[in-house]
Amino acid sequence: MIVADRKPLAEILDMIKDMDKILIIGCKGCVTVCNVGGAKEVGILASVLKIARKKDGRPLHVDERTLERQCDPEYIEQVKDVVDEYDGVISMACGVGPQFLSQAYPNQRFFPAVNTTFYGGAVQHGIWEERCAGCGQCVIHYFGGMCPIARCSKSLLNGPCGGSAGGKCEISKDVDCIWDMIVRKKMAEGRLEDLMDVKPAKSWDTARDGGPRRAVREELVQ
Amino acid sequence: MRLSYPSNIKVIQVPCSGRVDILHLLKAIEDGADGVYIAGCLEGECHFLTGNLKARRRVNYVKKVLEELGMEPGRVEMFNLSAGEGPRFVEIAKEMTERIRALGPSPLRMDEAA
Amino acid sequence: MTELKSGSNLEKVLKAGHFAFTGECGPPKGANVEHLREKIAHLKGVVDAVNVTDNQTAVVRMSSWAASTIMLQEGVEPNFQMVCRDRNRLAIMSDILGVSAMGIRNMLCLSGDHQRFGNHPQAKNVYDIDSMQLISLVRKMRDQGLFENDEEIDVPPRLFVGAAANPFAEPHEFRVYRLAKKIAAGADFIQTQCIYNMDRFRNFMKQAVDMGLHEKCYILAGVTPMKSVGMAKYMAKMVPGMDVPDALIQRLQGAGKGQVAEEGIRFALEQIEEFKEMEGVAGVHLMAIEWEHKVPEIAERAGVLPRPQV
Repeated sequence: MIVADRKPLAEILDMIKDMDKILIIGCKGCVTVCNVGGAKEVGILASVLKIARKKDGRPLHVDERTLERQCDPEYIEQVKDVVDEYDGVISMACGVGPQFLSQAYPNQRFFPAVNTTFYGGAVQHGIWEERCAGCGQCVIHYFGGMCPIARCSKSLLNGPCGGSAGGKCEISKDVDCIWDMIVRKKMAEGRLEDLMDVKPAKSWDTARDGGPRRAVREELVQ
Repeated sequence: MRLSYPSNIKVIQVPCSGRVDILHLLKAIEDGADGVYIAGCLEGECHFLTGNLKARRRVNYVKKVLEELGMEPGRVEMFNLSAGEGPRFVEIAKEMTERIRALGPSPLRMDEAA
Repeated sequence: MTELKSGSNLEKVLKAGHFAFTGECGPPKGANVEHLREKIAHLKGVVDAVNVTDNQTAVVRMSSWAASTIMLQEGVEPNFQMVCRDRNRLAIMSDILGVSAMGIRNMLCLSGDHQRFGNHPQAKNVYDIDSMQLISLVRKMRDQGLFENDEEIDVPPRLFVGAAANPFAEPHEFRVYRLAKKIAAGADFIQTQCIYNMDRFRNFMKQAVDMGLHEKCYILAGVTPMKSVGMAKYMAKMVPGMDVPDALIQRLQGAGKGQVAEEGIRFALEQIEEFKEMEGVAGVHLMAIEWEHKVPEIAERAGVLPRPQV
C-alpha cells in the first residue's frame, strides 16, 4: 500500500498558526494500515496540537473525522455539510486525499499532515519497506520475483554494481542489495543464464517520467 | 500495607499497563496534568507477556512528542515493579513527585497560575 | 579484432601486443585549468592513456569531457569516463557524439556511485540506463551507426569502449560472469578496481582465462600504491568491494617511520611485475590518485618506460 510519515509537528503547527478552529480528517485506507493517518492517529494529532496551542496560550478547537478513503468522490462528499465551518482542514491521508478534498471544496484550504513516500508493505510489525516504483511495466518475473527498479538504488537492470557489502547496498546498511538477492536466488536455482543476456534500456514513458498517468476501464465508464 | 504516598498522585487502575494508550497519556497532559506515569510489572513478568513492553514504547513515543513541542520529556515516565512491592510503589510515587516539583507546573497551566 | 575500431593510442598499443600502462586524473573542483594542466604534465609520455573521472564519488568537478579535451590539447590521450548517474540517454548519446567530434577516442562506461556519497545528495537520481546498456549503446552507435531508437547517425562516433570490473565485489561467484556479460555487451577493454589480494585475483583471472574472456577483450589490472597505513586501513574498512589483506597492512606497519609510502610503492611494483607475466592480463591501470607526480617514478621503476610508439 501507500506509505507515508507524519510531518514534523513544527511544520504542521506552522500551517495552522493563524487558525482557531480546524478539522482533522483521517483515512481508513493505506494510512491506517501503516499507522500514520487512521482514526487513532487523528486522535493523537488532535491532542498533540491542542497541547501545543494550550501551552502557547492560544487554544485550538479541533474536530476529528475519519473517512473510508479520501480517493473517491463518494466519500469526500460526506463532509460537505461541515467542511466550511473551519478555518482550515488537515488531511492525514496520502497526497491523493488533500488534493481530492481541495478540488471538491474550492472555498476551503486543505493541508497535508503526512509526507507520502512509497508503495510498500510490512516486513515486520511497525516497519514498512519500498517494493514498487510504479514504473508501469512490471518485470519482476525476470528477476526471481524481485523488482530492481524499486529496490536497487540505481535501478539497474543488469546489476549488481559491485558496491555492495555483506548483501547490503552501498548507500546504507538498512538497504538490502536486491541484486545480491537476485543473483543468489538464480545461482541456487541453477538459472544463472537468465541473467546473462543484456536487459535492454527501460522504457520510462509508462512511468511518471512520461507525464501524469491515467487508467481507464472502458467497460465501467458510463 | 498502610503505607502512605503523596496525595497529589491520582491512581487509575488498569488490568495491564499495556492497556494504556498513547492517547491516554496525551489527554492527561492536555487536561493539565503536571506529569503522568505508568507503573507496570517487571519486564519478563507481564501476565499478558508483552503489555509492559508496549507501555514502555508508548511512553517513549510521548516523550519524543513532548520534546518536539518544547516540553520536558521527563513529565511522562515508565516504571516497573512487582505487585507485591508496596514500598517500591511509594518510592516511585515520591520520586516522580519530586521530579515534577522540580520541573514546575505544566506549561499548559501557565495562565491558570497567573 | 582486425581493423581499428577507434584508432586510439591505447587500442593500437594493445592490438600490437604491448603491455599497456594507463593512468588516471581527476578534474579539478572548479574551472582551474592551470591545476589540471599541471597534473596532466606529470603523466605525459609516461602512460598510454589517462582516465578522466566523471564527478567521481558524486562530488561535482569539471566535466569529464571538458577535462578530456584539455588533456588532448596537452598532447596526452584521454580515456573519457562516463557515469550513468547524472544524465539520461539523450544527454549520453549527445555527449558521445560530442567527445568523438572533439577527437576523444577512448570511453569508459560506468554506473557511478550513488549521489548520497557525494556533496549534493539532494540531487535527482537519473540512471536512465545502466553501465551494461551503455556499453551496448556505444557499440551500436559506433558499429551500426544507429541511435538507441535505430535512427541513423550522421557520422558515427569512433570510440574504444571500456568498462570496469571488480573481481572482489559480491556475490564473488558472479563477478566473472558479469565480466563475461560486459564483454558480450561490447566492451573492448576492461580496467579492474585496484587489487591488493593477489591470490584472489589470480583465481579470478584463471576463471576468466578458462572462459576465454582474455581473447575477446583486453583486461587491465588495477593498481593503487598505498601511501600510508591509514589509507590501507581506511580502504579495508570503508570502501565497498575492496579487499585489503591483513598481511599487506602489517607489511606497511613494519616499514618504519617515513618508509611506508616507499613500501607501498614496492608492493605495487611487485604486483606490476607479476601482472606482466600473468596470463590474460594485457596491461596495468595505475590509479595514483592525487599522487600523479609519482607516476613517472613508478613507471620508470616498473620498467614500463619508454612507452611504445605505435
